[in-house]
Amino acid sequence: MTGQPILQVQEVTKTFGGIIALNRVSFEVREGEILGIIGPNGSGKTTVVNCITGFVKVTAGRVFFRGRDITSRPPHQIAGLGVTRTFQIMRPYYSLPAYKNLVIPLFSPRARRTGGWRGGGRMGDRNTVGIDILEEIGFERDSYVPYKVTSTLPTGYLKRLELARCLALKPELIICDEVFSGLSMSEIASMVPLIERLQMEGITLIMIEHRLRELFQVANRVMVLNFGEKLVEGSSGEVMADARVREAYFGSEAVEEVMVHA
Amino acid sequence: MSAETPSRRRERIDRGIKVRTAGLYALMSWRELSYLILPRLVLIVGLLGLPMMMPGMYWKRVISIVCIYALLAIVFDFLAHFVGLVSLGGAFFVGTGGYLSAILNIKLGLPPLLCVPGATLLGGALCTLLLLPCLPLRGVYFAIVTLMYPLLLARVIEALNILGGTDGIMGIDSFPSAWIEQYLVIVLVLVFLFGLRRLVNTDLGLVLRAVKDNDQAVRASAMNVTFYKALGVFIGASIGCLAGACLVHIYMWAGISTFALDFSVLPIAATVIGGSGTLVGPLLGCLILVPVSELLRDFGTLRIVFYSLILLGFTVFRSEGLMVFGQRKYHQFERWKSI
Amino acid sequence: MDILIYGTINSVTLALYALGFALVYGVSRLPNFAHGAIYVLSGFIAWSVINTLGLNHLLAIVITMVVTALIGSAIYLIFLIRVRGMAISEIIASYAIALAILEGLRWKGFKGMTYTLPVFIEGSTSIAGVSVDYQRLLVVGVGAALVAFLWVFTHHTRIGLALRGMAQDERAALMLGIDSDVMAVVAMGLGSMLAALAALMLLPLGNIVVESGYNVLILAIAVCIVGGIGSWAGAVMAAFLIGFAQILTVVYLGAHYQMVVALLAIILTLILKPSGLFGQQKELEERV
Repeated sequence: MTGQPILQVQEVTKTFGGIIALNRVSFEVREGEILGIIGPNGSGKTTVVNCITGFVKVTAGRVFFRGRDITSRPPHQIAGLGVTRTFQIMRPYYSLPAYKNLVIPLFSPRARRTGGWRGGGRMGDRNTVGIDILEEIGFERDSYVPYKVTSTLPTGYLKRLELARCLALKPELIICDEVFSGLSMSEIASMVPLIERLQMEGITLIMIEHRLRELFQVANRVMVLNFGEKLVEGSSGEVMADARVREAYFGSEAVEEVMVHA
Repeated sequence: MSAETPSRRRERIDRGIKVRTAGLYALMSWRELSYLILPRLVLIVGLLGLPMMMPGMYWKRVISIVCIYALLAIVFDFLAHFVGLVSLGGAFFVGTGGYLSAILNIKLGLPPLLCVPGATLLGGALCTLLLLPCLPLRGVYFAIVTLMYPLLLARVIEALNILGGTDGIMGIDSFPSAWIEQYLVIVLVLVFLFGLRRLVNTDLGLVLRAVKDNDQAVRASAMNVTFYKALGVFIGASIGCLAGACLVHIYMWAGISTFALDFSVLPIAATVIGGSGTLVGPLLGCLILVPVSELLRDFGTLRIVFYSLILLGFTVFRSEGLMVFGQRKYHQFERWKSI
Repeated sequence: MDILIYGTINSVTLALYALGFALVYGVSRLPNFAHGAIYVLSGFIAWSVINTLGLNHLLAIVITMVVTALIGSAIYLIFLIRVRGMAISEIIASYAIALAILEGLRWKGFKGMTYTLPVFIEGSTSIAGVSVDYQRLLVVGVGAALVAFLWVFTHHTRIGLALRGMAQDERAALMLGIDSDVMAVVAMGLGSMLAALAALMLLPLGNIVVESGYNVLILAIAVCIVGGIGSWAGAVMAAFLIGFAQILTVVYLGAHYQMVVALLAIILTLILKPSGLFGQQKELEERV
């Protein structure tokens, strides 16, 4: 994976009042790769997502997407460039059926230009396009699942729906905020190939995770955050071998155990 | 399970399929067709026939007023339940539309049938512009600001003595004929009622509802939330201004009382009584409330007390409303008997 | 000098209007649209107590404040508690209550010149060449005392601390054994009492008119928004800001613009810094 850098985050700092959530964090993502971001709770992972996608204003530093400065642009413009995200706490439109959830991103200027995930040019009926996307992401078309009201769907489908919303925009970069958390083992097992397929189709991904084993399966590189600072970056093996990571992230004894399992 | 005979079971399953594809199956028999069309037909024919049933001029005028209020109530329902903005200022829209139409008529000498659409669009744009600062914000700001504008505008007009001051603008032309005056508002109510019902089910309407449901997700879907809120407000404000413009031409007078509280409160009360989120409910509520309030006219401001108490009671204790209740009962009819 | 003195008096007046509203909103997140109505209502209660029962003035004040606090709590207990947390219903319900009270009073015929409260101390004095009557001085004194009292109350009493806890984080407060429903009722009672106090201080300066209910509400909201919702210090500062701005416009532009100032202040705050000048609630900064 030695593509061009698609996203560059330079010295990004974010403070909330007196609390420093992110302190001069820099990294870049190359085209077509999967970058994992891990770190203990409160280490600023979600803040990184919010800073990149414009949901919070960056205090200092810059973010570039394909060489274009997107620092602190409004979220809809950033998403319109193809930098999409999922939410850790799922945010579907609970009162609508699942496939209608996709009508909203498909209505956006970007989707109208691109025609949705598979689209090339003009968009057809948004409902049909939405159901197609849902089917590709694991909603069984012939069951009632895509037509059910979203509030009745289980977590696994809601996580997929989050991804589907990104796909409807024909994304270049998807930032997944903990897509594995809250899922059962079998649900995760079916999610991993999906992520791999997205990568094969040329979508770049940033994955923020707590589930290390599954993350290490798919991620090309991993970055570790701790207390808002970047600790280390490298392949999963390098990261796990790093003494500072063990110290900060796992606690000194727990490391052996995780190493054994992984 | 075992008690259920195969035929009963089949019927049950078929019924389930039919419910899911109601639109398609409805065309298969006159029964189904009438089931869907009858309520709408009753509404349309009833509303169009209502003026003929009324004994005198006075009650015909009341019908027009009902329709004016119904437009406002539909706007309130649309904004509150499909865009997620609570507007406490129906009077703001009425006043703006009314004064604009009056100005167009008196200053520019345009005929009423041109003034009304002009005031609708201009008023919609003006109200949207004035409300724009509070649109990007969540919370109660929209309610607060819409409550304040009519109070404030009335006071500004009074204090500066512009636009006729406390006397208002007099000598506004009425509609060309009584017949047009009567039916214009009724047709407008029907058009906007069915138009908005259609709108909220289109893709654009879904986006508006999504903004209400979860604005963060809409932003993550590359949509400008403020733009869609502004669009919703523009649609609502235009209809409100239209109501105001019609009112001014019916009364042939535009004054500070177009900013009066009645226009803010009664539509809300009607919506809550009629059933919010249905768009038809508000019309039903107005059909009940406005005549009652006409009967109470002798008691002065007591009628505002009356609406507010109804409003309070329905909001706090019976938030469902008549229409939602009625719809549920209607759908419970055993209608899938013959398969 | 005129401007300084009258500006101060006007500012304290605004602060008195706003404190009750700020308290209720801060604690239970209820935008109490009935605040102005309660203000006017307490004026009429005081008038009735003094003129029909013929009681001593000081006693009347105490009775009015207690009765208003009870009415406020009762309104909350009977109606508003049932729609707690539902923003739309809260707004509509409290607005309906406000209209019912105000228009009911208007219908009962409480309007005109006859309804005035007696001032506490007759006469006037002159400060640096500007004549000021004692009642206005008393308003400033009471305002200052009230702010001091509220500070002590919220920092050093059990109920006050509980209220602050709830204002900061309701769920955390619940876990610490603070009954949020009871506290919301207490807050509404206190807020009503503050409205009554403001009415008792300010109404003797003029007639009791129903319209002032709407004005009080608008001014209170303006002060709270400019000051930053949830920040009492902010509310006081904002009261001074708007108070002086109003007096300046009255002096240089004319009395018509007094209310325009308040609305302009709201709109400008919403455009420039939605969380208010001194607000701590960052989520309000977040624009949609």
